[in-house]
Amino acid sequence: MKNEAFNDRNVSSDGYFKVDIAEYPTDGWAKFTRVVRRTFRAELFVGLWVVLREMLKFDIHTIQYPLEKMPIGPRYRAVHEMKRLWESDAERCIGCGLCEKICISNCIKMDTKIDEHSRKEVSEYTINLGRCIFCGYCAEVCPELAITHGGEYENCSEQREHFIDYTGMLTPLEMMANGTQKEFEGFGAITPHEDESVKKTPLSY
Amino acid sequence: MEVAYLIETVIKVVVILLVFSALAGIGTYFERKILAFMQRRLGPMNVGPFGLLQVAADGIKLFTKEDIIPTNVVAPIFKMAPVITASTAFMAAAAIPFLPEFEIFGYTVHPIVADINIGILYILGIMGVGLYGPLLGGMASANKFALLSAARGAAVFISYEVVTGLSILAPIMMVGSLSLIDFNNYQIENGWIVFNLYGVGFVAFILFWIAAFAETGRTPFHLIANDHEIIDGFGTEYSGMRWGLFFIGEYANMFFISFVIPLLFLGGYGDGSLLGALALLGKVAFFFFFFLWTRAAWPDVRPDQLMWLCWKVLMPIAVVNILIAAIIMI
Repeated sequence: MKNEAFNDRNVSSDGYFKVDIAEYPTDGWAKFTRVVRRTFRAELFVGLWVVLREMLKFDIHTIQYPLEKMPIGPRYRAVHEMKRLWESDAERCIGCGLCEKICISNCIKMDTKIDEHSRKEVSEYTINLGRCIFCGYCAEVCPELAITHGGEYENCSEQREHFIDYTGMLTPLEMMANGTQKEFEGFGAITPHEDESVKKTPLSY
Repeated sequence: MEVAYLIETVIKVVVILLVFSALAGIGTYFERKILAFMQRRLGPMNVGPFGLLQVAADGIKLFTKEDIIPTNVVAPIFKMAPVITASTAFMAAAAIPFLPEFEIFGYTVHPIVADINIGILYILGIMGVGLYGPLLGGMASANKFALLSAARGAAVFISYEVVTGLSILAPIMMVGSLSLIDFNNYQIENGWIVFNLYGVGFVAFILFWIAAFAETGRTPFHLIANDHEIIDGFGTEYSGMRWGLFFIGEYANMFFISFVIPLLFLGGYGDGSLLGALALLGKVAFFFFFFLWTRAAWPDVRPDQLMWLCWKVLMPIAVVNILIAAIIMI
């Protein structure tokens, strides 16, 4: 594709057309005829008909907010969520620290340690929501789809920092038992309905 | 006889006051609902079923709000102005026959406070006095926007009053009386005035209807208290029930004008039967609805456009209309 069309900055050359405005009347007779023409074109009644039609159609667009809510897009970036593994209900976070590293407002802080099984374990994970700009980099960079953004936008607190803590972000175990944990549906998400075919790993012998 | 007449009059006055004060409140509810529906909204929904008790909530708010008299206002006039608007609106109702006369417990009731023989002149005069509310309130408010609104009010007033007066001259010539009851009786025999005299009545009707919008300050001519230009105009500095009185006056005026238009041009209550009474109420409802309808549909005009319309278009038409009526009647 050639670039000429985009490099042409002379906006007035083509692609624009003038709005069709009739010549402004100069003499009295022309003004008079314009008034008469406008009067009997009955445009006022067009306006009346339009609003009456909308009233009769009764196609109300109001959402009565606390009772009804708009469906929210799956890629909406509200307060974070920490997911669990479908197989074992264990936390998905492997403590790699990528989210902490990429966070452009330095609001994620995590600490890891080696647990008794010699596995890396996240001992501390905080997101300072007072600093967070909800850019979504942490969710995008997470290799395990562990940290995602949720859709919960109705937070209430004296400070934004207190909106939610780590245990609040983590999917509750009851939700895992019911299988109601919601996967992030945006970029990098697992294929739809994959969670239904997952079998729990038999951990007990 | 005298005592009975006195008691009857007092009762009628009280009933009209109560009914139309309440209607002014309910009118705001209808206005909000109908405007909302026309704009694909729901309007008041949360107070009571379908938001019906919103009127009561607004009333409580207005009555209990702090009554602020700002520092630099001319206090006596500032306090007086809303009373003028509300009281003149109700005074004008004295000469309006709201329903045909009916009998109750063998006693004939005339639903008109005073059938004076200059009825329509009295109504228009008192409604004209009502303009002193916005005028004095706006000038006493010590507020630029209020002052602008007062100036606009005066300009609008001298423009539309001419049209109102001239437009009803032709019907008055046909009827030969200024009493609204005579108007009604004339239309029983000769048909509605709108259709009388080869379109003269129709032109008069349209002119009066247009002028009624200016008289009540409704949307195409809502320039005395235009929110988007001069805040609330004369109402800017008012709060609480003083502002509420302006509001009641405005809505009562709308109802009374909606009564006057059908009584003058559209046959009134007809022959006095129940059907006629219901027809009158239906016509009133239509004209009140039309006030709300235009508010949803039409833009506001500028003050100079209104004056242009009244002086250069409507007034000549009204004068020509009177001449034609006179020539035909001779």
